[in-house]
Amino acid sequence: MSEPGRLRRDLRALLAEPWRDAAALDRLCVGVVAALPVDGAAISVTTAAAVRGFSGASDPICARLDDLQFTLGEGPCWHAVRSGRPVLVGDLTGPWGERWPMFTPAVLAADFQAIFAFPLQIGAIRLGAVGLFCARPGPLGGETLRDALVVADVTALTIIDAEARDPLSPVDPLPGECLDGTGVYRAEVHQATGMAMVQLGVSAQEALVRLRAHAFAAGLTVDEVAREIVARRLRLDGGLSG
Amino acid sequence: MGQEQELSEAFVTLADSLVADYDVADLLHRLAHHCVNLLDVAAAGLLLADAHGTLQVVATSSETSRLLELFQLQHDQGPCLDCFRSGTAVTVPDVALAADRWPIFVAGTQAAGYRSVHALPMRLRDDVIGTLNLFGAGPGPLADADARVGQALADVATIAILQERAIRHHEILAEQLQHALTSRIVIEQAKGVLAERGGLHMDQAFNRLRRHARNTNTRLTDLARGVVDGTVDSTAVLALQPRRGPSDPVPQDL
Repeated sequence: MSEPGRLRRDLRALLAEPWRDAAALDRLCVGVVAALPVDGAAISVTTAAAVRGFSGASDPICARLDDLQFTLGEGPCWHAVRSGRPVLVGDLTGPWGERWPMFTPAVLAADFQAIFAFPLQIGAIRLGAVGLFCARPGPLGGETLRDALVVADVTALTIIDAEARDPLSPVDPLPGECLDGTGVYRAEVHQATGMAMVQLGVSAQEALVRLRAHAFAAGLTVDEVAREIVARRLRLDGGLSG
Repeated sequence: MGQEQELSEAFVTLADSLVADYDVADLLHRLAHHCVNLLDVAAAGLLLADAHGTLQVVATSSETSRLLELFQLQHDQGPCLDCFRSGTAVTVPDVALAADRWPIFVAGTQAAGYRSVHALPMRLRDDVIGTLNLFGAGPGPLADADARVGQALADVATIAILQERAIRHHEILAEQLQHALTSRIVIEQAKGVLAERGGLHMDQAFNRLRRHARNTNTRLTDLARGVVDGTVDSTAVLALQPRRGPSDPVPQDL
């Protein structure tokens, strides 16, 4: 098992570059294949409507299989994005595989037998999916599964962070504070996201990006900004707090 | 309600969840409330470990920010972390005596007005998935009977969360845990929307959310997601004139 803290750091280092450069997501996928006992990986960044935006993959075959799901509207990653739940298919020749009459034959033809898809999400914010491909059938081990969930969490936060950064400013290496020590946001960050949605009249995703951007600009952690918002000492719409 | 009746109701509620289409967030919230009503404790909360091995709050008997903070402090130190790591109950009859061991946690506990704290493991066979955390207003140990009832509630909740009958692989366990944790985040986001729109404290926002879920027979997580997605009109959730059934308690935050 890779130690979660180290896996997280490695992943963040891989992503410490502009995410709109599709190569950054490719590098992340290559890193995931090196760190976990899987043979291929692909990441799709979508909007809430599951319209595919940006993507990355460990190799051209996985890129094609990932792309195919969003073209066909079927497959585990597609399903994970829409349902918000992981889709874990240890054997594609089983009943799950039959649900995808066009996708499954394509995966089997590429010599993959198992596929595991994890949604990229932060509560109600849905950002896409990570797909892991295995040549041999069988379930993911408990530790690999935990690592895969860490990959999904880190990728989701990184997408938000990257969107929050000014694309014209030089890219800093991601500071450790981004993960607030635990790898996940605290309750206040999610509460503040909801409050900022109303203040700004934007979606949850946009609200979280704006919250993150405010933290970057002010040199604060996202936790600190969230606490100020929840305590009603700060409004992201520039209004005065009552 | 008498204690015996409350106890029966607690287990019936939890047992229902095993057969019906239930909402894990709502179930755990009920459990936290049952703990406060049944046991000699002032506050209760359930924490589940996420994929990072960090304990995350999933339900509390009161949604005040101060209580939530006490649970969040235990990311780094406190009886829950020790209980989670050891898989055995940790009871602290007098938190003042544990200041050396967990300085930040003890300071927070005292500031919130609690004097004793107990953590019971949520265990499935060899796996510890989280802890049930109980805070007492006064000092003193957890009575044997309370410890047994508390552990029984924690055990039934564990089974309900993980739907043990279906568990054959680690996959399902991790999937269910992840789902419970995601539900909690959606609820926090919805609390923020309602708090801002209605000018409410977070605990009041939660109570409105929960009351509306009950009145409309909607799953708490689904309602919360609707509030965040904008598919549910939050004006209706915030409204003070609910359709209330005869058995529903009057909300206490109003």
